[in-house]
Amino acid sequence: MFSYCTDPGTLEGLTWLSCYLTTGKHQSIYWAVGTVLLLLAITAPTALLFGFGGASAARSRFAPLSWFGKIYISVVRGVPDIAFFLFFVIALDQAFEWVRHKVKCPDWDQEVWQGNDFVVCAEAKLPLGNAAQWVHETYGFFLAVLTFAIVFGAFAANVLYGAMQAVPRAQIETAEAYGMSNRQAFWRILVPQMWVYALPGLSNLWMVLIKATPLLFLLGVEDIVYWARELGGSKTAQFTDYPHPDWRMWYFAALLIFYLGFTRVSEIVLDKIMRRLTKGQATMAGEAQRKAAA
Amino acid sequence: MSCWDTIADYGLRSLGHGERLLPRSDFTLCQQFTLIGSGMIWNIYFGTLALISGFVLATAVAMGKAARNPWLRKPAEWFVFVFRGSPLFIQFFFAYFLFLSLKSTYPVFSPLTAAALGALIVLFLNTAAYSAEIFYGALQSIPKGDIEAADAYGMSGWSRFRRVIWPTMLRLGWPAYTNEAIFLFHATTLVFFSGFPTIKQKGDALYYASYFADKTFNPFIPYPILAFYFILLTLAVIFLFGRVNARLNRHLPQETRSRIRLRPQLIR
Repeated sequence: MFSYCTDPGTLEGLTWLSCYLTTGKHQSIYWAVGTVLLLLAITAPTALLFGFGGASAARSRFAPLSWFGKIYISVVRGVPDIAFFLFFVIALDQAFEWVRHKVKCPDWDQEVWQGNDFVVCAEAKLPLGNAAQWVHETYGFFLAVLTFAIVFGAFAANVLYGAMQAVPRAQIETAEAYGMSNRQAFWRILVPQMWVYALPGLSNLWMVLIKATPLLFLLGVEDIVYWARELGGSKTAQFTDYPHPDWRMWYFAALLIFYLGFTRVSEIVLDKIMRRLTKGQATMAGEAQRKAAA
Repeated sequence: MSCWDTIADYGLRSLGHGERLLPRSDFTLCQQFTLIGSGMIWNIYFGTLALISGFVLATAVAMGKAARNPWLRKPAEWFVFVFRGSPLFIQFFFAYFLFLSLKSTYPVFSPLTAAALGALIVLFLNTAAYSAEIFYGALQSIPKGDIEAADAYGMSGWSRFRRVIWPTMLRLGWPAYTNEAIFLFHATTLVFFSGFPTIKQKGDALYYASYFADKTFNPFIPYPILAFYFILLTLAVIFLFGRVNARLNRHLPQETRSRIRLRPQLIR
């Protein structure tokens, strides 16, 4: 990276460190931080969408739809979430390949499950066997995002369902008295009002989502945990210009500090948003704010 | 081979007893149920011991956080912040590599690199931090009148804490603490997926479930079995904690007793 880095063997102290931390491999871990942020940026709205769907389904008058919503919400409660992550990644991958198999190779005579193997025709493989490396990585990332969205969607659905129930019943009754249809009452009265009730739960969910991002590692994405293990392991002078003993402890200490900082910043920002949203609301917090100002 | 033979062979496999080799082909449902169930021993071991030891530390940290003396308050606040603000997964990794480098300098620390002790310490500190936050919240919401009544009876110091503050704190915090216990049990599944290695394939329930899923390429059997076991465990925890809750609330009229409500709190 820097001009003085050509012969690392002669360097000492901070100069050595500045060269060491900017090697090509270290660039990958900085990109991996970007991957984590990208995952958060994509997953949060997607999970919210899934959650909104789940919560509206659970409220539905049509019984099977409401059962579906309620099962989706409650099934995540009793089971460790990491099991869901491991399950969905394989299950989704197989589901996609199976559907493509049915569409692309209708005259395939063999069984799809042959004993211990899951066999689909070559055209149905995802990604295709001859695809480039980045396609494989993007597909893996996409599966991870979908898995996160399904699992966190269930949590968001639970929060939003509670928020929809918390909107005073009289509001809906008033809407009905004005002659609004169910759909109109839902979109014009319920949805705009529920956010105040949902926000504490959703901000809690955001914190949890941040803390769940290292699980990307389990889904086979090369994220910061992967690179911390790779880069921290002891290196001999044979293979690298920067030999060092086992430093994985320091790499994970750095990750720990990264996550602590990230949660702290989110806490402060969410606090600000909450304070702005409660302003003028007829809740206890809003009342306290009004009194403090007066 | 009947199912009883399988249970005899693999029932205690997670502790290293019975058949040495794990099944490699022709997986039966019985094998999957037995091995995953055998792995549950570790989940129960980690959860129970961490919960019991964590409870003691949590009470101390909650008191420390509520203390007026900054020398007590600040360390307690930092302890809670560090363990609640970072992912448990990273904590496991960090602790494992910390123990590993301790071991290379002082061989005394070598037992810590095994999951049975090292992971237990991490879980103990983690649950202590989460429970301390719950107990701290409960401590803050003890009715003023209760403490005034204790003062009026001439109680102070230890006897006031033992007879009034502590029982009330537990009673108020218990529903939330039940949730914490449930999610601590769920968190035990992370142990063998972080740094801590399995020795001779002695793993927990999720380790065996993912073993089967990897071997059979069929996630639709082992993971639902795992889910089944965990739902049973969750129900057992709710039952036991419900009994304690009933005892803590036994002096109150029926309607005002706090009921335990299960709330998803998710990953840590």
